[in-house]
Amino acid sequence: MHLVLFLIFALFALAGAANLLLQKHPINSALSLIVVMSSLAVLYLLLGAEFLAMAQVIVYAGAIMVLFTFVVMLLNEGREEKTWGSRAARTVGFPAVVVLLATLAAAILRAGRHYGMVSLSDGITTTQDLSKVLFRDLLLPFELTSVLILIAILGAVALARKDDGNA
Amino acid sequence: MFVVLSVVKVAVVLVVFLTAVAYTVLLERKLVGRIQNRWGPTRVGPFGLLQPLVDGLKLFLKEDIIPSGVYRPLYLLAPLIALTCSLLSIAVIPFGTTLRWHGMRLFAISDLNIGLLILLCVTSIGVYGIALSGWSSNNKYSLLGSLRASAQMISYELALGLSLVGVVLRTQSLSLTDIVKVQAVHGIASWNIFGGGQIFAFLIYLMAAYAETNRAPFDLPEAETELTGGYHTEYSSMKFAMFFMAEYGNMITVGCVATLLFLGGWTSPFGDLIPPPQNLLVHVLAPLFWFVAKVFFFLFLYIWVRGTLPRFRYDQLMSFGWKFLLPAAMLNIVGTSLALALL
Repeated sequence: MHLVLFLIFALFALAGAANLLLQKHPINSALSLIVVMSSLAVLYLLLGAEFLAMAQVIVYAGAIMVLFTFVVMLLNEGREEKTWGSRAARTVGFPAVVVLLATLAAAILRAGRHYGMVSLSDGITTTQDLSKVLFRDLLLPFELTSVLILIAILGAVALARKDDGNA
Repeated sequence: MFVVLSVVKVAVVLVVFLTAVAYTVLLERKLVGRIQNRWGPTRVGPFGLLQPLVDGLKLFLKEDIIPSGVYRPLYLLAPLIALTCSLLSIAVIPFGTTLRWHGMRLFAISDLNIGLLILLCVTSIGVYGIALSGWSSNNKYSLLGSLRASAQMISYELALGLSLVGVVLRTQSLSLTDIVKVQAVHGIASWNIFGGGQIFAFLIYLMAAYAETNRAPFDLPEAETELTGGYHTEYSSMKFAMFFMAEYGNMITVGCVATLLFLGGWTSPFGDLIPPPQNLLVHVLAPLFWFVAKVFFFLFLYIWVRGTLPRFRYDQLMSFGWKFLLPAAMLNIVGTSLALALL
């Protein structure tokens, strides 16, 4: 059962990713990305990471992608154009992606030997367990990350602010 | 057995839910009518009770016009997304006793330990229905309406989500069943809104939920006087009906969530004062009665507010959401955490 679901949603994710590249209209690409994100959430769920799955949908498929579609809608961008740069990116890009993926896959497979792996039929990691790890064992890195994000937000506000002093 | 029971549950809940949606529309027309000192619909059936059926039939038989300028795939997809999201969220809502039969909950389609998160998930996906409908309609009023709606829903989703954290902190669980169980002990005194000290969270949730469902006084996305119909201007017949059903379905879901999270769910307000009934039928029906009564109260409040308050201006809406509701929700989290840690 787990394997069947995995295959279905992995296929969805791949199809969405391929569609993202092939579509000419930006809003279709944005929607394909939502399909990819949601399928990834189901894959997380199959691995027993229920909180991560929901966070994936709420944060990525929900909040971030809404902003993407929002920008596409506001700018009302037309179809994409083919330029010299985009053709060059296509010829160089695909081999580069293959190399990058191969490197990443090799690195992850090697790391898996040290840290262990999860399998599809593993039990569910509850939110309580996750929060114990996050707020007890990894408290310092977690808080540092949140400070980092806060700095990024402040930076964005400072950049977006108009320079007339009273905005 | 699992499959059969699940299908039966889904079918029953769906029928009840859709009927409730239809009759919420009638309730609204009746109540708003009374608020404005008129009768509301009275002609079809006794007290106008058959009005929803006739309305449904009318919408079903109307000509379905698709304007030539629309972006067709998304124009057709948008109402489906809106309605699906509206119907999906009812699947995780438990609405009766925890009675089990063959190991399965009878009064909940699915009882998950992340039920609350799923609800937030579905809400965040529901934005796309409205955003895409406005954009794909290729109409400036629709686009303005959907931009307003998306911005409003994203802004108020934050306050909505944060207002629920206090309840989760008290329960220490994201399961809706657990959240109700914590409130069951002493009846009304242990409900989150009173005993749990979540009265401010409830008020924040209430206001954020009105904005989240695009209802008055936050109904700017479909402000008739400025935007004709907002995001669904170009939709007719059943496609319009799907948006309409989605909106009222969302209202009911929001009412169910408020009931579960703040008003003690299906438990009676008397708690231990009344000993648990021995009769199985009463044992089953009493929780259903309390649940429906609480949701009805919430819907009544919804309609009452709609009939009473004028619409906000757009800048007021945004500054209210970001400068008041969001900080208030955060303060509530800090307050609840402090209270839980110190007491």
